[in-house]
Amino acid sequence: MADVAVRLVQLTKRFGGDATGRRVAQYVEGANPSSGFLAVDHIDLEVNDGEFFSLLGPSGCGKTTTLRMIGGFEQPTEGRIELQGVDVTWLPPYRRNVNTVFQNYALFPHLTVYENVAFGLRRRKVADSEIRKRVLEMLELVELPGYERRKPSQISGGQAQRVALARALINRPAVLLLDEPLGALDLKLRKQMQVELKRIQKEVGITFIYVTHDQEEAMTMSDRIAVMNRGRYEQLGDPEALYERPETRFVAGFLGVSNLLPATAAESLNGHAAFRLSDGSTVRVPAGLIETGRNAVSLGVRPEKIRLIEVDKEVPAGMNRAAGTIVDASYLGVSTQYIVALRDGSRVTVYEQNVERATKAELWARGEEVVMAWSPDHCFVVEEENGATEPSVDESVAVA
Amino acid sequence: MTAVAATAAKAPALSVSVRRLLDRYVLRLYVILAVAYLMLPIVVIALFSVNDPIGRSNFAWRAFTLDHWLSPFGVPGLFDAVATSLRVAFLSTLIATTLGTLIALALVRYQFRGAGSANLLIFLPMATPEIVLGASLLTMFVSIGEPPFFPLSEFTILIAHIMFNISFVVVTVRARLAGLDRNLEEAAMDLGANEWTTFWKVTFPLILPGIVAAALLAFSLSIDDFVITNFTAGRTVTFPMFIWGSYRIGIPPQVNVIGTLIFLIAVGLVALSVVFQRRSARA
Ligand SMILES: Nc1ncnc2c1ncn2[C@@H]1O[C@H](COP(=O)(O)OP(=O)(O)O)[C@@H](O)[C@H]1O
Ligand SMILES: [Mg+2]
Repeated sequence: MADVAVRLVQLTKRFGGDATGRRVAQYVEGANPSSGFLAVDHIDLEVNDGEFFSLLGPSGCGKTTTLRMIGGFEQPTEGRIELQGVDVTWLPPYRRNVNTVFQNYALFPHLTVYENVAFGLRRRKVADSEIRKRVLEMLELVELPGYERRKPSQISGGQAQRVALARALINRPAVLLLDEPLGALDLKLRKQMQVELKRIQKEVGITFIYVTHDQEEAMTMSDRIAVMNRGRYEQLGDPEALYERPETRFVAGFLGVSNLLPATAAESLNGHAAFRLSDGSTVRVPAGLIETGRNAVSLGVRPEKIRLIEVDKEVPAGMNRAAGTIVDASYLGVSTQYIVALRDGSRVTVYEQNVERATKAELWARGEEVVMAWSPDHCFVVEEENGATEPSVDESVAVA
Repeated sequence: MTAVAATAAKAPALSVSVRRLLDRYVLRLYVILAVAYLMLPIVVIALFSVNDPIGRSNFAWRAFTLDHWLSPFGVPGLFDAVATSLRVAFLSTLIATTLGTLIALALVRYQFRGAGSANLLIFLPMATPEIVLGASLLTMFVSIGEPPFFPLSEFTILIAHIMFNISFVVVTVRARLAGLDRNLEEAAMDLGANEWTTFWKVTFPLILPGIVAAALLAFSLSIDDFVITNFTAGRTVTFPMFIWGSYRIGIPPQVNVIGTLIFLIAVGLVALSVVFQRRSARA
C-alpha cells in the first residue's frame, strides 16, 4: 500500500540572492546577507497517499514557503518536487493536480458561493448539469446547502472556510494543501472545524498536507507530523512518537511541556542505560535511547509522568527517583501544577491529577519535602543545552 | 437655596437649546450657502441658455425662449468643434485607459529593472504645469516638422491628450490593483486557470471599477482641456477653444445649451459610476 503522493528531494528556497534580497536579509536573524535568506533548507520528505500530514513549526520556519513550492506559486532554488511519481518542479500551478486552501480563503468576491465552488470545473469545461450536481454535492459535504447564491461578503468566517474547502476538494486533487486554514477562527469554531476536517478527509480519502503552528491542532488531526525549525524538519513521526520520544530539545519544547535536566552518562544498571543528574542522583533510561559517544545530554521527562511521594513512603521498584522540595503549587482544577526544586536548585515541573488529593488541604504545600518517581520508559534524551540546534521558541517550563 | 438651584439648572438648559439651534439652522444654512456658491455658475449657464439676447452679446437677461435648445448647433463652427472634442475625448480615453491599465498592471505585478523610477516618472505629467507641457509639446512637434506631427492637427491634440491622461489612469488603476489580494489570482491558477483566463475571470472584473473610474476621469479631463490643446491644435478647433474664440464677439446662447448638456451628461455619468461602485462594493 502506501504509495507516495508527494516526494520532496533536497527542496530548498533561498529568498533574494539579488540586491533587494541581500538588503532584506540584513534584517532577518540567521540570514546570510551575501546569499539571501534560506527559508527552506534541503528538505527530503515523503507524504503517503491518503495521509493527513502536518507541517508543524513556529512562525517563520518555512512552512508556507514549502507549501507554496508544492502548489507551484514559488519556484525552488534547488531540489525537486514529485507528485505521484511525476516531476512537477517546473510546472505552473494550473498544471498540477494539487489544490490549495489559502489562509485567508481567497474566495472570489465577485462570484457567488456556487460559482466559487464551480470555478475549477468550469476551467475544465465540465458540462453544466455535471457541475450543478457536483457543486450541490460538495456544499452538502461541507454542510452549506442553500448558500449557493450568497456572495463571499455575505457569509461568516467559518462558512467562508468551508466554501474554500469545497472549492478545492471539488476538483478531486491528488493532494490538498492547507495553510493554517483555521487560524482566523475563534477557539470554539476551530475545535469544531478540526473534527470536521478530519471527517471530510476520511470521507474523500484525499492526501492532506496541513500547515499549522498549533501543536494541539496538529496532534488532534494528523497521521504524521514533521516538526519544522529554521527551514528544516527536526523530527518526523506520528503524534505519539513525537510526544513520547522527542529527539531534539526543540521538539521536546514545541510539543507540550518538558522537564529537561542536564545529565552525564554513568555505568549501565541491569539492562538500562544510566545517567547522573546534576544533584548526584542516578536515573535509568531504556538502553535503545543512548547514542554511543554522547556523554553530556539533557534528560527529559513530561510533567504528567512524574508522581510525588511522601519521603517516608516506599518508591515502587524499578522507578527512577529524585528528592526535592515543593517551591510552588498552582491549582488548575483538573490538575495541580507543582514546581519542585532538586537539591542542587534545578527545578522540575510536575502535574498531578486532582484525584487522590482533591481539596486544598490535601494538596502538597510549599516547603514540603517530596520524592519524585517516574518510570525509566518515560524518559527521553536530547542534546544538552547550547547543543547544535538551540530551539528558537521559548520553552516555558524547560528546566535549567 | 431654591433660587440658586433654579439658575444653576437654567444655565445648561440655555446652552443646550443654543446648541440645538446651531445644529438645526446655522449648519443647515451654511450647507445651503456653500452648495449655492458651487452651483451658481452652472445655474447661470443654464439660465442664459434659455435667454433671448439682442445681437450677439448674451450677458443680460431679456426674455425666455427655447429657440437655442431647438437648434443647438445653429451657430457656424460649433458643431464641428463639439464633434472634434468628443472624438478626441473618446479616442484619448480609450487609448489612455488601455495603455494606462497595462502600465499599472506591470508596475504592481512585476518586479523589473527601473520599476521604481517608472513609478515616480508616471507622476511627472500630473505635476508639471499644463502651460509648460503644452509649450514643450508644441516645440517637439514643430521640431519634428513632418506629418503626421506637423502641421498640427487633431492627431497632435490626440497625442497630447493621451499623454496626460495616461498618468491619471495609471494612478487610479494602480490604487485599485494595490488593494487586490494577490492570493485571488493564485487561487484562480490553483483551480486550473492559466494566466489569460485568470486575468479575464478574476483580475479584470475586480479592477473594473477602477478602470471605469479612470476612463470617466480621462474623458472629463480631455473634453475640458484648453491650455495644452491650444498649443497643439493648429487650425483645429475644439469646444473649449470655440468658446474662447467667440467670447470677444459675444458667446452665443448655443454654447450655454451645449455646456448645460455636458453638465447633465457628466452628472449622469457620475451617478452611474457611484451606482456601479456601490454594486461592486457589495459584491
Ligand atoms: N517573498 C519573500 N521574500 C523574502 N523572504 C521571505 C519571503 N517569503 C517568506 N520569506 C521569509 O522566509 C521565512 C519563512 O517564511 P514562511 O514560509 O512564510 O514561514 P511560516 O509559514 O513557517 O511562518 C520567513 O523568515 C520569511 O520572512
Ligand atoms: Mg505561514
